[in-house]
Order: sequence, then structure tokens, then C-alpha cells
Amino acid sequence: RAAASAPPLYDVVVSGGGMVGSAMAAVLGHDIHFHDKKIALLEAGPRKDYDHMPDSYSNRVSSISPGSATLLSSCGAWDHVCSLRLKAFRRMQVWDACSEAMIVFEKDDLDDMGYIVENDVIMSALTKQLDAVADRVEVFYRSKAVGYSWPLPSHSCDTSPWVQIELADGRRLQTKLLIGADGHNSVVRKEAEIKNIEHQYDQSAVVATLHLSEATDNNVAWQRFLPTGPIALLPLSDTASSLVWSTSHDHASELLAMDEESFVDSINSAFWSNINHSDFIDTAGAMFRSAISLLKPSGTAVRQLPPSVAKVDPESRAMFPLGMGHATEYVQHRVALIGDAAHRVHPLAGQGVNLGFGDIACLAHHLSAAAFNGSDLGSLKHLLKFETERQRHNVSLIAATDVLKRLYSTTLAPLVLLRTWGLQATNALPPVKVRI
Amino acid sequence: QLLLFRFTVKRPFSTSHSSVDSKEMKKFQLLAHKWWDEEGEYAALHSMNDIRVPFIRDTLLSMSSNYHLGNPLSGIKILDVGCGGGLLCEPLGRLGASVTGIDPVEDNIRTADRHKSSDPVLAKRIQYKCSSLEEIVEESVETFDVIVASEVVEHVADLETFIKCCSQVLKPEGSLFITTINKTQLSYVLGIVVAEKIMGIVPEGTHEWEKFVPPEELEHLLESNGFSVKMVTGMLYNPLSGSWSWMESTSLNYAVHAVKSGAQAQAHATDTPPETDIQQRSATAGTAG
Repeated sequence: RAAASAPPLYDVVVSGGGMVGSAMAAVLGHDIHFHDKKIALLEAGPRKDYDHMPDSYSNRVSSISPGSATLLSSCGAWDHVCSLRLKAFRRMQVWDACSEAMIVFEKDDLDDMGYIVENDVIMSALTKQLDAVADRVEVFYRSKAVGYSWPLPSHSCDTSPWVQIELADGRRLQTKLLIGADGHNSVVRKEAEIKNIEHQYDQSAVVATLHLSEATDNNVAWQRFLPTGPIALLPLSDTASSLVWSTSHDHASELLAMDEESFVDSINSAFWSNINHSDFIDTAGAMFRSAISLLKPSGTAVRQLPPSVAKVDPESRAMFPLGMGHATEYVQHRVALIGDAAHRVHPLAGQGVNLGFGDIACLAHHLSAAAFNGSDLGSLKHLLKFETERQRHNVSLIAATDVLKRLYSTTLAPLVLLRTWGLQATNALPPVKVRI
Repeated sequence: QLLLFRFTVKRPFSTSHSSVDSKEMKKFQLLAHKWWDEEGEYAALHSMNDIRVPFIRDTLLSMSSNYHLGNPLSGIKILDVGCGGGLLCEPLGRLGASVTGIDPVEDNIRTADRHKSSDPVLAKRIQYKCSSLEEIVEESVETFDVIVASEVVEHVADLETFIKCCSQVLKPEGSLFITTINKTQLSYVLGIVVAEKIMGIVPEGTHEWEKFVPPEELEHLLESNGFSVKMVTGMLYNPLSGSWSWMESTSLNYAVHAVKSGAQAQAHATDTPPETDIQQRSATAGTAG
């Protein structure tokens, strides 16, 4: 009866075609239990041409954990990433500007700790893998969703049991499950009236592509906590690194406005200067360090020196505001949130996109099992399992990141001492380091 | 013509020579609209899908050699006897099977039809009919690959007739899946007193302990009516978590998988079904002397 005028019905619609949304669609599209299902991916922007990667590096990069690499492998995207470009790093050195305290992360078995990959490279790989399953996954470009209507959990015969989606151009879709991957200002989350705990940091991140003074193995990720915020240098190649400098909005604007030479000087000074050290802290730190080396000789690692920067890629400087957010619910009947729509973190831990990929791995696992059981994909029963697992994992990490951010935003001696000793102690304790 | 019309109208209550118990039907009629409320009166049946669907699916997959990606039960014709609101028909349909669901209560069929209608894939794969098992036997001889009778045999009036009918509509080597409740002291205490009267897991009056079926009796009836029992396993409901699990003991709920024997004289009758009877009769006539 209603078939003629009813909008097309999909099994899953993913709203948001960024890295997380595209990966969600690609992973489901490659799942054997979704072989005959219909999936749609809605992206507000146009389809980008990723076939020709420019020689210069993009200034938006992500630190990809081995777990995320495994997820991207599962849908065949990691091979494409490897054939384009990425930089593996073996070591991460994190230290304080106000003291000598330092922590080094390193895997004993010479495996890669993580990979620095340009976001465009990931998108290129995912787009290729989406094309490969075009019979199952329909990608709608230039298709912004402007309205959603939700079904009641137990419907009557005159209302549809599916989620209704209205696009900006008036087209309509129906779906059994809507996945919101539309970023920290998620429309899906707002329309579903899911409360979001959010906080704007008074910080912006400045990103840029930098060229090093001299070629080096460059397989270490560097991060120094300055009183104004952490500055990180992420390796892109033997001669280039990506900058992520979180600092006050004013300082960020200054950094963007200054000439290239001054910008480079600021970066080098941030990494090398000891201006924030106080004798008191230095002495206290040194005492603690000798105490540790008595108890645990291997507990103090060799301090490597970060590379110095020679120049910055013109046009590569940019800034964006930082904030923290966490949705109180990740799921509702026929709706699930993943990625930044569910949680937003400070870049200091390099975890942002990895949390999103972790969400995908968990949700895809539960949806795959549900499909193999013939279940209704939008059923809260398995969606709640996804929510419980991910909230348990994410909340502690987001809270810890937030605490670290606040702890490191000060020069007050007691707090510096606390974090100095804390960092040194953590560096000396293998079990804690492994957890991180 | 008027006479003909009157006789073909489906009557909601079947009477003689039937496995349908009219008292039982009345009970279910009252709750027909509650089938699809996952938290409602039928919550335990909804969560039973978590074990009975994989049970059916995996058993059938292990018996067949081809696997259709995404539709593991593709090409399989299933009859769900006593389908109620279609709780089990829908997952089986989603897995690719062609499902016929029958139930003697008109309201149940109406609810089931309405629920499947919004999903075009299910609407095509599932057919519902308000009918008892006996009423479809004549037109469905050896039609189905699989029969599922889940939480049904404890409600039928005549179990042996029921099993005989199952055998008639099942293809040789076809599978019969039954889930039901054992008749033990434990099942009285937990299944009736606790489940119905105390915790309200099952609507009060749903079950009558007298009609519960011990697995030994079921096995005996199956084996003596052309079935070979392949598996009997116990099931346990946890009211706190609202979930089912398998257990060794069959003292409460249990599931059975039986296969209709394929050997016998039926082996001759592969080409022309109408002549089967004649061939069988002449074969037996030849050997009788």
C-alpha cells in the first residue's frame, strides 16, 4: 500500500562522512553478515579527489594506535595507507617545562608504538574501500541531514517503526539504525535529545608542517608540557614533522600572525628553553630521581634531545578551538553515537580518533553478531552492550586526559612537584606505563 | 454459491480431530496486542531468540554444504507452528529462510502480519495463516524443510496427532525443532508458582503443569512416528538478567532436534508424487505374502 511513496529503507545509515563515519560504513560494508544489507553514508561535503596526493604534507594529522591500524586493516584500508604515506614511531618522550621530569614510552619488542598519518591519507584509503563495496554501501555526498524523526519503541500500525531522515534537498530516507558520526556538534545527538557534558577549554591548537634542521631517523614523538599548554612534534618523515601546539587563544592567534622565522624560533624555544625551571623544583626533582635510581636502576631513561626546526611550510599554519565533551548516553532505540559525536578530548593524549575507531570496532562486533542472529539491528538490547563497553573504556580516559590538561596548566610549585614526581614515578613503574 | 462461501470462511475455533485446545486459544487471544513489546508480557520469549535462533541456524548450517553469504538460511522452507505474533518467524526470515507461520488465534496472525508489513524483505519472505496444523496438512504434504514448534507442545490437546501431522508436512530428512517445558516438581515450583504467580515472568494461567511434557515421553512419541532424535538439551532462564542459557539438565525447559527418517519406501517416490501411494501399496502388497 504505502510502498509506492515510502522513502527508501536502509538497514543502517551513518550520518557524517569524516574518518570515523567513513570507517564505520566501510567496516560494515566488508562484514560478511552484512553481505545483503543496505547501508547509506551521508556526507554534507562534496566527494574529494584523493587520487593525487600533493607532495607537501597536510597539516591535519592523527596519531594512529596499533589497534586502530588493525581495524583499518579489517576493511582493507590499511594497505592503502601504507602504500601512500605514513610514519611509524617507536618511542614517545613526554616532559615538563617546569622541571626535568620526563617519561618515555617505548615498546620492548621493537614494534611500532603508533603511526602518524595525515587525515587525508586515511580518507583516501577509506574512500577506496567504500568504492569496493558500492553494491552494499551507498555514499550520499552533498547531503546534509536537516531533520530526524524517531519511532516510538512499540509502534502502532499507522506510524512507521523506522527512523525518518530528511535531507537538505528535500529527499527522505528511512533506516532501521541511525549511527551518528557527525562530530562534536552532532545534530543526531541534539535531535535525539541526548544530554552532552561539555566544556570549552580556553585553548586553541595551532597546527603546522615543519621542516627539521637536519635529517634524522625521526621515529620519536615529542611532547613537552608548557604552562600554557602542551606542544607536540609528530614525525612525518626523516625531514618533516607535524606540529600540534595547544595554547591560549591569544597566543595561538599571535603564532599564526607572526612571520615564519619568529614562528620557528618560538617552537625551538618552547622545546629547548629552561626558563620555567626553578631551582627548588630542579633540586627536588633531582633528589627524587636519585632516590629512584637507587631502588630501581633502570627506572630513569636516557633523555633524548628533540630535533630542532628549520622552517615551516608556508600556508600550513592553522588553528582550531579545543574543548571536551561526553554524551551521557551513546545509544537510544535505533540510534547510536560514535566518535566525536559521543566524546571529545584534548589532543594532548593523541587519542581522539583512536577512541572513535575503538567505538567502531565494538559497535561493528555487536551489529555483526546481531545480524547473524537475525535480530532487528536497531534493537536496544545489543546497542546497550556497545554503550556499556565503550563508556567504561572512554570515561576513564577522557577524565584522565582532562585532569592531565588541568594539572599541567600551571606553574604553581606544589602542583609542579606533584606532577614531576608523578611523572618520574610513572616512568619508573613498568606496569603503569604499560597500561598507558 | 452462498453455501460454498459459508463453508470456506475460516472459523477461529477448530473443534474435533484437532491438536488445538480451544481453552488455550482464549488465553492467548487476550494478549494478542502484547507480542511486540520487548519489555512486556512476552519479554522472556523475545530473549529466548538469543539461544533458539542460533540453535536452529547452527544445526541447519552444519547439515548443509552451501552457505550463502549474509543469508545463511537462504532456500530453506520453514513452518513455524503456533507462531504467535511472529517473534521467531522474523529472525528466521532475516536470515534468508522462507517462513510460513501458522497460529489458530486470528488476533495473533493479525498482529504478526502488521508487524512484518513495514519491512519489505520480511513481508516477502514470511507468510502468515490463521490455521491449525491439521488444516494445512492436505495442501502441504512434504512441503517444508524445517518445522519449528517452540513453546507450543505444552499447549496442544493431542501430542501424538500433532507429531504425526508434523511428519506429514515435513520433507524426508527434514528437521523438527521443539522447545518446551518438562513435567517435574521443579518445573511446577519454578515454572508455575514462581514464574507465573510470584514474579510474573509469564502471564498467570499461561501454563498448566498437567500438560507439560517430559523429554522421555516426547522422545518416545517422536521415535515411534518416524523421527530420529538427534539432540536434547536443557535451557535455563535467569529472571535477574532476563536472559536464557543452555544447561545439561532438562528438568525445566528443554529443546529437541529431531530428523524425519528419509529411508523407507519413500525413497522411490522422488519424481511423481501422485503415484507415490500406488507404488507404496504395490510394494508392500508384493512383500506381504
